[in-house]
Amino acid sequence: MFAWFGKVNFSPYTKVAEFADHLKDGHLKGSRCRKCGYTTFPPRADCPECMSGEFEFKEFSGRGKLHTYTRIAAAPSGFEDEVPYTIGVVDLEEAGRLLAWFGPTVAESDIRIGMDLQVVPRIFEESERIKVYYTLDKPGTTWGKT
Amino acid sequence: MSRIAVLGIGHGKFGRRSDATVQELAFEAFRDALQDAGLERKDLDATVIGSVPEYHKQRSLAGVVQEYLNLNPIPTWLTEVACASGSAAVRTAWMGIKSGLHDVVAVIGCQKMTELATAEILALMGRVGEVQWESIFGTTFPGYYALFAQAHMHAFGTTRQQLAQVAVKNHYYGARNPNALFQKEITVEKALESEPVASPLNVYDCCANADGAACVILASEKRAKSAARKKPLVWLDGVGCATASMSVLRRPNLHSLPSASDAAQQAYRMAEVAPRDIQVAEVHDCFSIAEIMAYEDLGFCEKGQGGRYIEDRKSWIGGGGVPVNVDGGLKAKGHPIGATGVSMACEIVKQLRGDSGARQVPNARVGLTHNVGGIGQYTFVHVYKRD
Ligand SMILES: [Zn+2]
Repeated sequence: MFAWFGKVNFSPYTKVAEFADHLKDGHLKGSRCRKCGYTTFPPRADCPECMSGEFEFKEFSGRGKLHTYTRIAAAPSGFEDEVPYTIGVVDLEEAGRLLAWFGPTVAESDIRIGMDLQVVPRIFEESERIKVYYTLDKPGTTWGKT
Repeated sequence: MSRIAVLGIGHGKFGRRSDATVQELAFEAFRDALQDAGLERKDLDATVIGSVPEYHKQRSLAGVVQEYLNLNPIPTWLTEVACASGSAAVRTAWMGIKSGLHDVVAVIGCQKMTELATAEILALMGRVGEVQWESIFGTTFPGYYALFAQAHMHAFGTTRQQLAQVAVKNHYYGARNPNALFQKEITVEKALESEPVASPLNVYDCCANADGAACVILASEKRAKSAARKKPLVWLDGVGCATASMSVLRRPNLHSLPSASDAAQQAYRMAEVAPRDIQVAEVHDCFSIAEIMAYEDLGFCEKGQGGRYIEDRKSWIGGGGVPVNVDGGLKAKGHPIGATGVSMACEIVKQLRGDSGARQVPNARVGLTHNVGGIGQYTFVHVYKRD
């Protein structure tokens, strides 16, 4: 159910919809092309290299390094109650990049480009409907629900 | 190879235009351009409209503009590539004339933005990032450029002061442009103290949303040479366009716009010029960091030296480099997204004709526009020359 992914979801229907189910179970999945082995994050069903449509989900460690970040003070509609929030882009250990909020284990003043981070699957506790996302946390942080 | 000329330019006042609909704004710019070109409506073969449709309640904008300008039944169509929609319209008109299909084409960039609430605009603009994996975290347009700014500062030592100096320059020249939204000079201190938007960018690092329209009329070489005219002819001799990934997660780095350097190379090659030949440039300074990256991507300075370029005042008139955004840029002029690319073309033509008054670059004969769509998903670079 990809509609579970994100506080506000703009694209509920996708060939990689199972990604959100895995995330709910505490697993971060990228994609791997069955034909040429191209591995990436975010996952994609159709291979940009060999154009094969056969893919499988591949478990990612969630380890990565901070590439860049920003603290958002002026929020778009739907996120007004979250401001200020800090967004980071990490280079993932296996392949590709990921964009997310920082989690509670990283103090604003400790954020440095190049720092090691752990991507942690999360569920919005305050929401009645299932909503999953992930955060950037200190290396070694585990997800409590798994 | 036959050339394409700019016969006429027209530019309305940018700002909060609660007095007019988008087609009424288009009318002002179009009427001025027609008059400037010494043409009548019957001389036109087609129009191309540059605009971003999501901001308007009216669907299919080209139709309502064409009707209001009383141009039916000649052809019209809309081009959309986010904030570069205006330059896409210029390129499309250039292609139409080059193909031999049309001789004279009016390009109209027009946009109304101020009817939407700021948070709505932030949400809409943020969705020029990838919506499946990024917008769900509340990304915003300034937020994306802030990611670039932070990476640029980290990689090259670019400073907040240097970012602020871009805003100071563009406000200085905006104060000398009657069509600009902001006509007040500012100081580095004022820019640094302004409200944070997305670190390291403050309010003064960001351009303002605006309403506005601009128009250029392009013509074939044959038609241009036979037209009676008072102004020197300006030629659009180089057009370049390139793309880069929608998602910032798929870019080679986050401190330059590869589409901009690719488009620039194409335009330089076609116009047979080098960066050092450019005497005046209009670049896409939607955010201060964007102008600094533009200096580098266009080859005005080495990669990483963009901060130094503004600090050394190279991009001011008489600064020893390429004068950039001497009409105030997006920063001071305001940024009606569909109109911006056409507005840039108007200013370069004005400069090359020697008509820019208090902000004239002396003896400018070669000029350039650099118009970026979104976060560099699309860039159009155009090189203009005066005979
Ligand atoms: Zn493949």
